[in-house]
Amino acid sequence: MLGVVKPKISIQAQDFDIAAEIATLGAGRTDIGAVVTFSGLCRDEDGMLAALELEHYPGMAEAEIRRIAADAVGRWPLQGVTVIHRHGRIRPGENIVLVVTASAHRRAAFEAADFLMDYLKSRAPFWKKEHRADGTEGGWVEAKESDEQAATRWR
Amino acid sequence: MKLIYFAWVRERIGKSEEDVELPAEVTTVTELLAWLKSRGEEYENALQHPRSIRVAINQEHVDHGEKIDGAREIALFPPMTGG
Repeated sequence: MLGVVKPKISIQAQDFDIAAEIATLGAGRTDIGAVVTFSGLCRDEDGMLAALELEHYPGMAEAEIRRIAADAVGRWPLQGVTVIHRHGRIRPGENIVLVVTASAHRRAAFEAADFLMDYLKSRAPFWKKEHRADGTEGGWVEAKESDEQAATRWR
Repeated sequence: MKLIYFAWVRERIGKSEEDVELPAEVTTVTELLAWLKSRGEEYENALQHPRSIRVAINQEHVDHGEKIDGAREIALFPPMTGG
């Protein structure tokens, strides 16, 4: 292991390139045996949805994700962590979030990615508003009790 | 003290942030929410169910029992729906 892992966190409006992020994470290293990526996309809800508007709390969004990533680094033997979360208007088919975890073995990488997503869902300050395909304004997406529950299983 | 609002809390209150002078007796998040509710219909509407309001002090999540002395920035928002 090459010292303390420094997670890469980015809160951005623009899209990300998953292959490029994996390449960056592993650049110049030969000790990584497993890379897990999770990407979350905007879906059209059976044609009902035109776009999601993602509002975020600038400053805290990055700070909170950095705290979650540091927690993951403390729990699993990771060699790299990347989290990218987009904000602004995102249409169906587009990326919203990316989590990349790297470790010597797959179990740690899988579990850490799962953990990061559970905590991002319930603690990262982002809110989704729906814009409907018929031109009407949809409401704010409601938080799911199941997402809240998912995070409690890691305590 | 700076208050910041997000998502439907922001929409219902009708502003994204404001500076307020808190009365001395307002010392916890719970008391802050109760005081804000008394400031008008839009606040009453936004904060009618305090249990569904999440709070961050200086950009860190806190419980409603938290003391607010030393806070530079307090944010109120609904449960988060990122990811």
